[in-house]
Amino acid sequence: MLARIWALVIKEFLAILRDKKSRLVLIGPPLIQLLVFGYAATFDLNHIPYAVYNQDTGSASRELLGDFQGSHAFRQVAVLHSTGQIAPLIEQGKALLVLQIGPNFTADLLRHQQAPLQVIIDGRNSNTATLALNYVNSVLLSFDNRWAAAQQWGRPPAQLVVRAWFNPNLLSRWFIVPGIVALLTLVVTLLVTGLSVAREREQGTFDQLLVTPLTPGEILLGKALPGIIIGALEAAFISLVAVFWFQVPLLGSIPALALGLLLFLLAAVGIGLMISSLSLTQQQGLLGVFLFLVPAIILSGFATPIANMPPLVQDLTYLNPMRYFLVIVRGVFLEGDNISLLWNQYWPLALIALASMAAASWLFRHRMH
Amino acid sequence: MSLQRLRALIHKEFLQILRDPSAIAIAFLMPMFLLFLFGYGVSLDARHVPVAVVVDHPTPQTSAFVGGLQESPYFRPQRYDSIQRAQHALLDRQVSAILWLRGDFSRQVLQGNTASIGVLVNGVDANDARIVEGYLQGVWQNWLQQTAADAGKPLLVPVRVESRIWFNPALRSRDYLVPGLIAVIMTLTGALLTALVVAREWERGSMEALMASPVTMAEILLGKLIPYFLLGMGGMLLSVALAVWLFAVPLVGSFWVLLLCSSLFLLAALGMGLLISSVARNQFVAGQIAIIVTFLPAFILSGFIFDIQSMPAPIQFITHIVAARYFVSILQTIFLAGDVWPIVLWNSLALLLMAMFFLGITLLRSRKRLD
Amino acid sequence: MAAADTPLLFRAVSKSFARGSQRVQALDQIDLGLVPGTITALVGPDGAGKTTLLRLAAGLLRPDGGVVTVLGADLGSQGHSLQQEIGYMPQRFGLYEDLTVQENLDLYANLQEIRPEDASTRQQDLLKLTALGPFRTRRAGALSGGMKQKLGLACALLRAPRLLLLDEPTVGVDPIARRELWQIVQGLRDKGVTIFLSTAYFDEAERCDEIILLHQGKLLKKDTPKALSAPLQGRCYLVTDEFRSKRQLREALQARPEVQDARILAEGVRVLCRSGAAAAAEGERWQAVEPAFADAFVDLLSDPQENEAYHAEPPNQTPADGRPASRAETPETVVDVHDLGKFFGSFAAVKGTSFQVQKGQIFGLLGANGAGKTTTFRMLCGLLPASSGSLRVAGVDMRRASSQARARIGYVSQKFSLYGNLSCAQNLAFFSAAYGLRSSRRRQRIDWAQQEFQLHDYANVNVDELPLGIKQRLALACALLHSPPILFLDEPTSGVDPLARREFWQRITGLAEAGVTVLITTHFMEEAEYCDRLILMSLGEVLAQGSPEEIRSQARDAEHPSPSMEDAFIRLIEAHESQIRRAS
Repeated sequence: MLARIWALVIKEFLAILRDKKSRLVLIGPPLIQLLVFGYAATFDLNHIPYAVYNQDTGSASRELLGDFQGSHAFRQVAVLHSTGQIAPLIEQGKALLVLQIGPNFTADLLRHQQAPLQVIIDGRNSNTATLALNYVNSVLLSFDNRWAAAQQWGRPPAQLVVRAWFNPNLLSRWFIVPGIVALLTLVVTLLVTGLSVAREREQGTFDQLLVTPLTPGEILLGKALPGIIIGALEAAFISLVAVFWFQVPLLGSIPALALGLLLFLLAAVGIGLMISSLSLTQQQGLLGVFLFLVPAIILSGFATPIANMPPLVQDLTYLNPMRYFLVIVRGVFLEGDNISLLWNQYWPLALIALASMAAASWLFRHRMH
Repeated sequence: MSLQRLRALIHKEFLQILRDPSAIAIAFLMPMFLLFLFGYGVSLDARHVPVAVVVDHPTPQTSAFVGGLQESPYFRPQRYDSIQRAQHALLDRQVSAILWLRGDFSRQVLQGNTASIGVLVNGVDANDARIVEGYLQGVWQNWLQQTAADAGKPLLVPVRVESRIWFNPALRSRDYLVPGLIAVIMTLTGALLTALVVAREWERGSMEALMASPVTMAEILLGKLIPYFLLGMGGMLLSVALAVWLFAVPLVGSFWVLLLCSSLFLLAALGMGLLISSVARNQFVAGQIAIIVTFLPAFILSGFIFDIQSMPAPIQFITHIVAARYFVSILQTIFLAGDVWPIVLWNSLALLLMAMFFLGITLLRSRKRLD
Repeated sequence: MAAADTPLLFRAVSKSFARGSQRVQALDQIDLGLVPGTITALVGPDGAGKTTLLRLAAGLLRPDGGVVTVLGADLGSQGHSLQQEIGYMPQRFGLYEDLTVQENLDLYANLQEIRPEDASTRQQDLLKLTALGPFRTRRAGALSGGMKQKLGLACALLRAPRLLLLDEPTVGVDPIARRELWQIVQGLRDKGVTIFLSTAYFDEAERCDEIILLHQGKLLKKDTPKALSAPLQGRCYLVTDEFRSKRQLREALQARPEVQDARILAEGVRVLCRSGAAAAAEGERWQAVEPAFADAFVDLLSDPQENEAYHAEPPNQTPADGRPASRAETPETVVDVHDLGKFFGSFAAVKGTSFQVQKGQIFGLLGANGAGKTTTFRMLCGLLPASSGSLRVAGVDMRRASSQARARIGYVSQKFSLYGNLSCAQNLAFFSAAYGLRSSRRRQRIDWAQQEFQLHDYANVNVDELPLGIKQRLALACALLHSPPILFLDEPTSGVDPLARREFWQRITGLAEAGVTVLITTHFMEEAEYCDRLILMSLGEVLAQGSPEEIRSQARDAEHPSPSMEDAFIRLIEAHESQIRRAS
């Protein structure tokens, strides 16, 4: 029996690797996606383009604007001389925000009067706008502290002292890149397994398999193993790139990651084989994979937090294996988690894996004809 | 060019679309699905963030601060009686941040010193952490103001930010995600579906039969272009209708300008789809290529979710060859800001050039021959 | 011949394709011209370049060198206007399967710019001609293979073309539909249309005015069927022997060095000698017959060396379980089917079929497209559950059979299902393991398969790149790796060229002699003569059962004293269908 399964696995690998196109699908897209996601998918703002409309001639406004110029998060693109210039600049997206300082800014401050800094911001991309306002606030905060100390304003009664755990510099990349491990593993595993039965159906070799002494269980195992092996290799490769190329710290225990990966792969392969058993042609298989992948990725917490979703949708995410694996990957990479800390993720993942494999084998036996 | 032949080809294409479940799935099901997913499911606006509040020594001062936190719509404070337990909760991902008012908070405040308020955020999701941090700063500033007002003292903060947020004052992420999604949806019908159906004609051998008839290549191309153009515009109208009426996204600019720009983008997308299918003559490969060169870039490199200006320079450079980039910019502007002509015109020009380029190459490459 | 007179003229036409890094010469310096108002057949083994030649004629490919002139004009410069005058039907006619028969006809009528009022009368004519009238609203995808071909032909005929190009129009089509197609084609010739078609059937080629024989991209011969077979005068004989079965007789004859080819016919064994007559052995009756095109084809194309090798080592299958071959004294029933039925929804694909197959028999299932042959096969192999009745293969129901029981059958499906991007050797390796062969036995069987089926040259070639004939050999080799005592072959010769078919039947008869039970479906009626027993199916029912002679005798009457198998087939099925029509 082992020999037969082994032959199936070898055959499956040969079928994938000898075909130039499917070789390309396994190697090309993941690499491109890794680079594109790693570099392009970021919520960190750099070089926010801003313009200045300063009606004040005093030293305070110069000092404040100097702070902005000195911050690497900001990039001054224009100096304005009238309010009329503001609208076109923002509308056309040449500047994300305009800092407007009134004529009495320095005078007010020197009289210990609070002075306003008007910030006009382009809210089209609300996330960018929120973050940019935060950046403005933090520049302002340091200015305020300095000014208050120098001009004897007295001290504020309390101060926020913020520390970020696990990602002290709040780099988006540390968040996104481990996520890619989960994302690409899912994509590749589903593509390998989701099309495999359909391909045999189209070629007619599926019937040929069924008349051999191979049992349905052996065929299923022969289909599942290559998916798991390829998925595991892919995950290992991306993890290495994450650590050595993108410099994301890997603090936790590797066995914890491996256990999570195994459960995740089982779940993914089960889903892939379910799609595969249901589809008669490769096109249907591709469509099925696509229809599963898009919501699975969007509702996983890969790019947007699950906590922000409406309660009903949040409940739905409990069915998504990627949700749990993302927590595991990020936990192991950034938070230094070990197996005992991740039980809450392992058992639902194991449950999903069990259910999807059972469903796949049921569908497989019942849709053989 | 013969109208009779063209009409027959278009009629055939529509019959096929109506009878092919996967075409319906890509043209109608997928768009609705994505719209609902993004309209309801995806949001970058943190609301009711669970925050652990640890107050070592409750006093009127601390309750004033915590009260401010409770009133904020952004937070859902949870009391923990020790910092250790709160840290456990943070590690267990039960809370996203910890606010810690130490035992000497009131004493420091009353003595006129600056008390420090400990804030611990889980930085794993950097974006979320930053937003939470910003919200907490807001709570803190309100508290400062309130304390100063209560004491009848002038406020001790020199510069106050008066922000005016244009175009999307409530900063709802849905308002920019849903319009941007239209670009993704039109890519789906324009490029992916078109590439698939042309590849299918090659696979099934019907292309060979067509080529042996007196049909010209231009007629074959137009016979694909026109039906899928109409289908794509249908998807676009459906998306706009849902965006405006279901998701309450404002449409500030002119609908007709939007329609015109959409048709330019659709032409570019169709051009890409046809070009892909002239290179890859089987559905599997055509589908793969279409997803990699059109769908994914429309998702990631178009500014739909991730801000282009924050990307590294080489990646920013690449985005210039992504048609969706120009269209997303137009969409977000027309929906939220109105008809800002410089943006609309320049981006439209780029779309027009891309459409001409792709369609032109397709026409040049297409020979009525099999080799 | 002047260019203006001939509908199609090739002058020194060459065409090559890139395959991987090499260039393959598909056609090499072809010169040919067609006579107006005739039917010309294009015949040759797989990969001879037939499709390429027809595509060049249709203007779908451009020659690397030489000139193609169609209807007096150069295709290169006036291709577009010429395509209105040419009707072309590709091998897999590109019908739109989602569209109905009528919609397909409308589409092609419009593409040919036929005015709507003209189109409807023309369509009426064509629907009548092809007898597709009752199916106008059916989707093309739901038509049988024969009906699809007829619809494809109708689409190509919409604007009464002057030149009609047909690429294997009768592949996979049952005899009835084939006869109907030929009636249409001959009717067109009578109206002055020039027809150029490729075919794998000798009888079809013989019906044509001229035959072009293509081999490895070169034009071998171009002549009338008579002229082609004339040189073989005096080398063809019909041999009969009252004491031996036709199969045994054929074996014996083929083994003689002076015999080039021996084929089983209804009347006896037809022999092509290498030169002149051969000496008749004891009990044999030799009777000189007219040479046919089939003889010429074999004579011109068979590779003498390969033939020698074949004689030196007659098909020798190691019998099942390694036991020496011995035909059982008392016939042992291997396949027992009783009142078998299969319903897909309310549609009865197979209704109450019963038959038995004895060990060592070659058992044929014949029938039109959609008669239920493949469905019956799939039930026997356990690929489909039966709706009613009982079936036993080697004493068990394959549907519920254990692994060991399934190892007793070999199965070759309609499309020679192999792994296309695996090499020959890898396919053999996989199937041997799938059948549970181990170590030395496995190596031995793979060696045997490569030897017996002459697959050594193709060991590292991907199956997708193999010619159909080699694919068929490999598919059979894979199904025989585990030496199964029962073999199921579903249309194993469809689309395969005549030489490969001939070789195939030599193997099958050899296997049967060694005690292997063979069940086979086929569209080639002359192949039915190789079977010990046959059943004839139509619309899911068994019409006739028995030996080839018995079946033929059922169709015998005063008008047809000695009907061929094809006649018998057509008459029995037509009688049955009209009976059903009358009943409903």
